[in-house]
Amino acid sequence: MTFAFYLFSCIAILATAMVVTSRHPVHGLLYLVVSFLAVASVFYVLGAPFIALLEVIVYAGAIMVLFVFMIMMLNLGPNVASEESQFLRPSVWVGPSLLCLVLFVEMIYVVVSGEPSATAAASEIDPKQVGVALIGKYYLAVEFASMLLLAGIVAAYHLGKRSLPDETTEEAIQ
Amino acid sequence: MTVLPVNGGLVLAAGLFAIGLLGVLVRRNLLYTLMCVEIMMNAAGLAFVVAGAKWGQPDGQVFFIFILTVAAAEVAVGLALVNQIYRRFHTLDNDSTSSMRG
Repeated sequence: MTFAFYLFSCIAILATAMVVTSRHPVHGLLYLVVSFLAVASVFYVLGAPFIALLEVIVYAGAIMVLFVFMIMMLNLGPNVASEESQFLRPSVWVGPSLLCLVLFVEMIYVVVSGEPSATAAASEIDPKQVGVALIGKYYLAVEFASMLLLAGIVAAYHLGKRSLPDETTEEAIQ
Repeated sequence: MTVLPVNGGLVLAAGLFAIGLLGVLVRRNLLYTLMCVEIMMNAAGLAFVVAGAKWGQPDGQVFFIFILTVAAAEVAVGLALVNQIYRRFHTLDNDSTSSMRG
């Protein structure tokens, strides 16, 4: 159990690092799918099988497919990779890397200093308990989530239209 | 009886969050920026689930479902914006939008 946890953690960290350093968006996306699948496995090891399923279906399935559709729609040319290599110069990434390293060390310090080697008895929280809490205690938040999704649909429809009003007037002037 | 590696889970969440933040800071491609925001949200959700597993309460998993909802809405709007930007500027460079007025 613990071995599986560390194995999947290593896979998740490596795949996520490959996302950030990859040159082509499609390669980065496929590494991101691997990362999400590894995190789903971590959820399963941590005793959250329902969340592991949601991670596979929604994150690795739906959201990543949305990204793939967008990359296919944009139809990026063959010079994307070389353009990315120009952007990723050492002078660009050294400073932010040091800042992120400081943040990471700080977070590890907070975790380790809080409660040394904290462990808990492995107990699986089944979907029934999650459902009862979701619809019972947090029903108002579920309503807000549905409103947020509706707002997302409306915004995506408006922004995804072939031409927005100001764009057409600009073309008419030209 | 097996034990949960709670500290290990939180360190994993911190590492994923730091890598995602690095991606947002370094990459100039808008698609990569969105992907790294997804990584950071996923790391925050992982921290919620680990904390929920530590105390044996379902609340952490409930909040992961809300984070999932926010991530889905954010990706839908973000990708539509990327589409508009690519149509207008014919590039995915972040800096291309710095000349916008109004």
